[in-house]
Amino acid sequence: MSVTANTEAWGGFESFIEQNLAKELLRFTTAGSVDDGKSTLIGRLLHDSKSVFEDQLAAVKKSRINRSTGAVDFSLLTDGLRAEREQGITIDVAYRYFETPRRKFIIADTPGHEQYTRNMATGASTANLAVILIDSTKGVLAQTRRHTYIASLLGIPNVLVAINKMDLVEYREEVFLRLQKDFDALAKQLAVPHVVAIPISALAGDNVVTRSAHMPWYHGPTFLEHLENVPLRVETMSDAVRFPVQYVIRPDASFRGFAGQVASGVIRPGDPVVSLPSGQKSRVRSIATFDGDAPEAFPPMSVTVTLEDEIDLSRGDMLVSPGHPPRVSRHFEAMVVWFNAEPGEPGRSYLLKHTSRAVRAKALKIRYRVNVNSLVQEPVEHLQMNDIAYVEFETVSPLFFDPYTQNRITGSFILIDPISNATLGAGMIRADLSDQTVIKDAAHKPVTATERYKRHGHYPALILVEGNPALASRLERALFDDHFSVLRVNSEDVPVGAMQSQLGLYQSLGLVVIYSCDAVAAKAKRRLSALAADRFFDLSTLGLPAEESDSIRKLLPLLNRLRAIADSTDQGQSE
Amino acid sequence: MANNSNENGNSVAPGSGLSERPGFIATKTLNYLRTLEAESIQIFREAAAEFARPVMLYSIGKDSSVMLRLAQKAFYPGKIPFPLLHIDTSYKFPEMIEFRDRYTREIGVELIVHKNQEALDAGANPFLLGTQKCCSLLKTKSLLDALTEGGFTAAFGGARRDEEKSRAKERVYSFRDSFGQWDPKNQRPELWNIFNSRINKGESIRVFPLSNWTEADIWFYIHLEKIPIVPLYFAKEHNVVIRDGSIVVVYDNSVILKGEKIQRMVCRMRSLGCVSCTGAIRSEADTVPKIIEEMISFRRSERENRVIDHDEEGSMEIKKREGYF
Repeated sequence: MSVTANTEAWGGFESFIEQNLAKELLRFTTAGSVDDGKSTLIGRLLHDSKSVFEDQLAAVKKSRINRSTGAVDFSLLTDGLRAEREQGITIDVAYRYFETPRRKFIIADTPGHEQYTRNMATGASTANLAVILIDSTKGVLAQTRRHTYIASLLGIPNVLVAINKMDLVEYREEVFLRLQKDFDALAKQLAVPHVVAIPISALAGDNVVTRSAHMPWYHGPTFLEHLENVPLRVETMSDAVRFPVQYVIRPDASFRGFAGQVASGVIRPGDPVVSLPSGQKSRVRSIATFDGDAPEAFPPMSVTVTLEDEIDLSRGDMLVSPGHPPRVSRHFEAMVVWFNAEPGEPGRSYLLKHTSRAVRAKALKIRYRVNVNSLVQEPVEHLQMNDIAYVEFETVSPLFFDPYTQNRITGSFILIDPISNATLGAGMIRADLSDQTVIKDAAHKPVTATERYKRHGHYPALILVEGNPALASRLERALFDDHFSVLRVNSEDVPVGAMQSQLGLYQSLGLVVIYSCDAVAAKAKRRLSALAADRFFDLSTLGLPAEESDSIRKLLPLLNRLRAIADSTDQGQSE
Repeated sequence: MANNSNENGNSVAPGSGLSERPGFIATKTLNYLRTLEAESIQIFREAAAEFARPVMLYSIGKDSSVMLRLAQKAFYPGKIPFPLLHIDTSYKFPEMIEFRDRYTREIGVELIVHKNQEALDAGANPFLLGTQKCCSLLKTKSLLDALTEGGFTAAFGGARRDEEKSRAKERVYSFRDSFGQWDPKNQRPELWNIFNSRINKGESIRVFPLSNWTEADIWFYIHLEKIPIVPLYFAKEHNVVIRDGSIVVVYDNSVILKGEKIQRMVCRMRSLGCVSCTGAIRSEADTVPKIIEEMISFRRSERENRVIDHDEEGSMEIKKREGYF
């Protein structure tokens, strides 16, 4: 609340309100290693900019804990959870708020330990600026590389390098210049666009808010001055409209509005738009808001768009400008940060949430992992917790996306475990691997078998389970949970003869059918196999182990090839 | 960036270096308050679309009032597609209850009021039980019971991260296990504005659309949007007693402790809770602009007058782990 002066200094209340509302919002993230003084820096920033309340400061002053050498341990202002205060570490991303007469700030304060890479990625995902702390007595460390790499990976346009603890190196200019040069080399390697280095002492307060008397050789801005003046760079490279539909608002028959937040571009009444995935065209009739119709909508506004025509559009769909469609593909590559202790594996099925759309997805191939300390690419089989890797993905239905470097909203996604519901990882899309970039006008075309298998994510198939109804039932459950469209048919209900005539229907529907029956004659098997277009699995010939769960474990990868087959024929060679 | 502002404060940033990066284009920017508003609306819509049975926790305070306005905006011209839930301890200020009933009727939203009648019948009150136990029974338990009874899978709450240190670490979507408890060490990572709404039976998510708002933002927004709030926020002469250094407003039926003397004082509430546990502040601010002026000259946090937060170090964190909002 450091608006400092009373309103009279601003020329009366209305003028004060107006000037306050004109403030911009800068989100920045702070990353640092253990003991390089990050919490102290933030505590100092909040304190010196008069953003700390008296009672909060009093609580810190009377606290039993003081890990600093000064009278007040500023890090206590920010370390929120009991475990953190006791251990003197920061274990989770914390958000801080302060303002100056120029700007409002949101700090995502993230822990610097290796095992918490996920928190750094979390804080970085919405930031316009990253603060990287370097301890002047230690220089550029592996952690510095890691933090800078994550900042660049998450697309933060500005980096502020705070060269801290200058008091411990007698405020010497050559130390600062040497570290600045070291960091510049790193920034160049990582293609970090805008870097500014500032020599500070968070503990002593030099160049944080007030200019230091100890470093007359430094003529640049203080830490806070830089935060107040750094240009707020726009987050999109494109003026193309991207409007993911979150919610359809239909209070009565006369109104049908599509609610969402503008991801990029400017929407105005009369503008032509295309709806994805249907490819149907219409024009914007109005932009409805609680405060009346708006003349235009631009990021990050949340609005409700009505259209001239009754077209097929619901949650998860996207309105885009006809001239600049996004990529439309089921097959793409992305940089992934893995958060979970459960390793990520190629072939596993995940839920992928991208804008307002959740689809089933599979990691096809892990191309390489980036060693965040050496920045070297390494081959890996699995994704471990805190790994950052380049992964090839495939989804059951297409995503509408832009590369992350062009659009942080339409280029990002999260991965969710369909069983535990944990957020497993986050992805930044680099490129798509198919040539399906053209929107097809499919509204009047009949549904094809290809489209059906794309919907299901696999080809139809027939699985024959003889004399083991329990296994048939467990297999059905396992396939269902793995997102197969599966149906178990018992021979008591559909005898073998009838099965031969019904199989065609099941095949047309695109289902994987488990036929649970007594022993079937060889001739009938051949006929069933032919009807199933050779996607026929006779379990009696597969040499499965006796234990049911072992059998299922062995079968799943085999049946997952029903998905892979679909892709290789459709996509051709992708490399 | 005060130049070129229209009423939304949208401005095209002149000479701000936007063209420095080849290929990047300058776009219009939204001022910070409209940015926060747009982000909150996105959260409301996302949760309403993805959860089977959401509910909005309505505490009648200023943050709830802002949250309610944001919910109206999110679904306009439709109605708010979920009910409001008020956990009534029966010790709330009468002005709050009057405001609650009138305002919810006025805007046509469904209101559920829940009390822990069992505990109240057993005579639960802060003098008998102490504030911690009283809160635990009449607020936390009552809330968890109401959520279970209603089968609610998601509950919107008005908590802000700037309120208190343990709140600063809370996600926008805060996962609660089947006992309604919060595990601060095992929170789901939350990136961009993509939220994970997947839960198993019995589990739930607390959704905090105001996470990134500060107390100042709330007041500026109330001013800008002319949002109705409970009159207790405005300074007025009240009957009060001084209890443990706090100014406690008393009514005809209030408990007066030994040695306390009732006096008249011009004061107001900075945040609203139960009568006996919410201190007033000496203030003459009787309009929103005056409150804003007062707030910016204040150097004390708004929860300071809430007795419950100061029971012991980390007390809010403990309450939250148990399921308190």
